[in-house]
Amino acid sequence: MIWIFDMIILIFLILTAFISLRVKDLLSAAMIFGVYSLLMCLLWAGMGAVDVAFTEAAVGAGVSAVFLISTILRTSRRSSD
Amino acid sequence: MKFLGLLTVLITGFLLIQAERDFPDWGDVNSPASSYKLSQHYITQTFAETSVPNMVTAVLADYRGYDTMFETVVIFTAGIAIIGILRVFGSNIKPDHPEVVLTKKKPDLIVETTCRLLIPIIQLFALYVVAHGHHSPGGGFQGGVIFGASFILLALARDLQYAQQWVPENRILNLAGIGIFIYAGFGVASLLLGGNFLDYGVLTAIIPGDVKDAHSHSMLGVEIGVAFTVTAIMFSIYSSLSSNGHMKEGI
Amino acid sequence: MVAIEALADKFNYWVYIVIMMIGLYAMVSKNNLIKKLIGMSVFQTAIILFYVSIGYKDEATIPILYHDQVHGAHHAEEGDHSDEGAHHDETHAMEAIAKEATHHGNDHAVDADHAEVDEHEADHVIDAHVMHNESDHAFEAGHGGLDIDPNQFENPLVHVLMLTAIVVGVATLGVGLAITQKLYGEFGTIEEHEIIEQLRTGND
Repeated sequence: MIWIFDMIILIFLILTAFISLRVKDLLSAAMIFGVYSLLMCLLWAGMGAVDVAFTEAAVGAGVSAVFLISTILRTSRRSSD
Repeated sequence: MKFLGLLTVLITGFLLIQAERDFPDWGDVNSPASSYKLSQHYITQTFAETSVPNMVTAVLADYRGYDTMFETVVIFTAGIAIIGILRVFGSNIKPDHPEVVLTKKKPDLIVETTCRLLIPIIQLFALYVVAHGHHSPGGGFQGGVIFGASFILLALARDLQYAQQWVPENRILNLAGIGIFIYAGFGVASLLLGGNFLDYGVLTAIIPGDVKDAHSHSMLGVEIGVAFTVTAIMFSIYSSLSSNGHMKEGI
Repeated sequence: MVAIEALADKFNYWVYIVIMMIGLYAMVSKNNLIKKLIGMSVFQTAIILFYVSIGYKDEATIPILYHDQVHGAHHAEEGDHSDEGAHHDETHAMEAIAKEATHHGNDHAVDADHAEVDEHEADHVIDAHVMHNESDHAFEAGHGGLDIDPNQFENPLVHVLMLTAIVVGVATLGVGLAITQKLYGEFGTIEEHEIIEQLRTGND
C-alpha cells in the first residue's frame, strides 16, 4: 500500500465531500458526488478490498448518481444553500 | 439552527478523535480484528469446506447466507415501496409543475448508435461477473447492478417507452419475485431433505457430486437468484424515479 | 519523513471522522432535501471506509486464493492421506503418555520436559480432532493438505458486511428520492423552511 497515494486520495476525498455540499447548483452536486464515490472505490481497491470496490464502482458511481440526477431533473435544480 | 448543528458536530468529532487514540495502528497484524479466530477460520477453511477460492463470496453466500437472503428482500421491498409511493395511473396524472416540463427530445444519432453497440457487450460482461464470482471479484450483486445499468442505458439513449417494450413493468416485478423464490427455494429444499434451513450439505441428494461440490453449486444458484432480483429492481426504481410515477416519459 | 510515516499510521481514522462529521452536518443543517440525502450517502460511505480500514493488514493480499495454492494442493492431498494416518496413530500414543505423566505428577526434570512437549502436541492434535469431528464431511485431507497463512490474506468477514451495507444504502437513497419527488409534487418546493412555512400557514 503506497502511503503517498493513500494520503493524496484521502485529502481529495475531504475536498470533494465538502464541495459537493457547498455548491448551489444541484446538478453539479450530483456530479461531484459521483467523483467522491469513484475516489472511495480507488481507496478501497488500494487497500485490498476488491469486492467492496467493485460494488461501489457499479452502485455508487453508476446507479446512485443516475437516481440523483433523474430526481433533480424532475424537481428543481436550484438550491438556496 | 446552523450554529447548533455546527456545535453538535464539533463536539461529536472531538469526542471521536479522543476515542480514536486507543485504536491499534492501521494495518497491524495483531490487532483484535485481524487476529479474530473466526476470520482466521474463514481464511484457512473456506477452500477445504466449499472448494471456492474467493473467500468473500463463500462467506457471503454460504456461511452468512441468511443475511444475504434478507438483504435481497430489503432491495425488493425498496423497489416495491418506491412503486407504492410514486405510481399513478392514467386518470390521476396531474400535469407537471410548470418549472419541470421537459422538452421532448429527438433521439441523438451518435448516442443511439454507440449505445446499440455497447449494450450487448455490457450485458455479456454482467453475465460473466455473475458466473465467475467464485474465482474472481464479483458475484450476484455486482453482476445484477451492471445488468440493470445496461437497461437504464437503453432508456437513456432512446425513450423510456422503448426500453419498456423490452422490459415491461409486470414482467420485471415477476422477475424480482422469482429471484427471491430461488433463494428461499434452496433453503426449503434443504429443509425437505432433512437438514437445517440453507444447509447446503444435505443437497447432495439432488446435486451430483460430493459435499464440496454441493456447496459450490448451491452458491452459484443462490447468486443467480440475487442477480435476478437486483437487475429487476434497479430498472424498476429508475423507471419510477425518472417518470415521476406515470411511466409514460422519462428524462 | 519518519514523522510523516508515523502520521500515516492513524491518518485513515482521522479522515474518516472528518468526512463523517461533514455528512452529519449536511444532514442536520442544510435546508435543501437533496443536499440532506447526499449528506446521508457521504455518512454511509465514511462508515464503510472505517470498517474496511479495520480489516486491512500490512503486506497482505486480496482475499482470493492463488491458483497454484488451489490446484497444487490437489496433488498434495492424495499424498498426505497415508502420512496423516500414521501421524494420528503416533500422536495418539504420545497423548496417552502425556496424560499418564500429568496424572502421576512426576517431578523429574526430564519427564516434566517430555510431558510438556507431549502436552503441547496433544493439544494441537486435540484441536485438530475437534475441528475434524464437528463436521462429518468426507474431506479429511483438507485440513492437512492446504497450507494457508492467515496473515497473508485480508479479513474477508469485514468485506462481506460492507457489501451488504453498500447495497442497502443505495436502496435507502432510492426511497428517499421518491419521497422527495412526492413532496415536490405536493408543495412545489424542496426547501425545508419553505415547506414548514406552507404547513404553518396552511393549517391556520
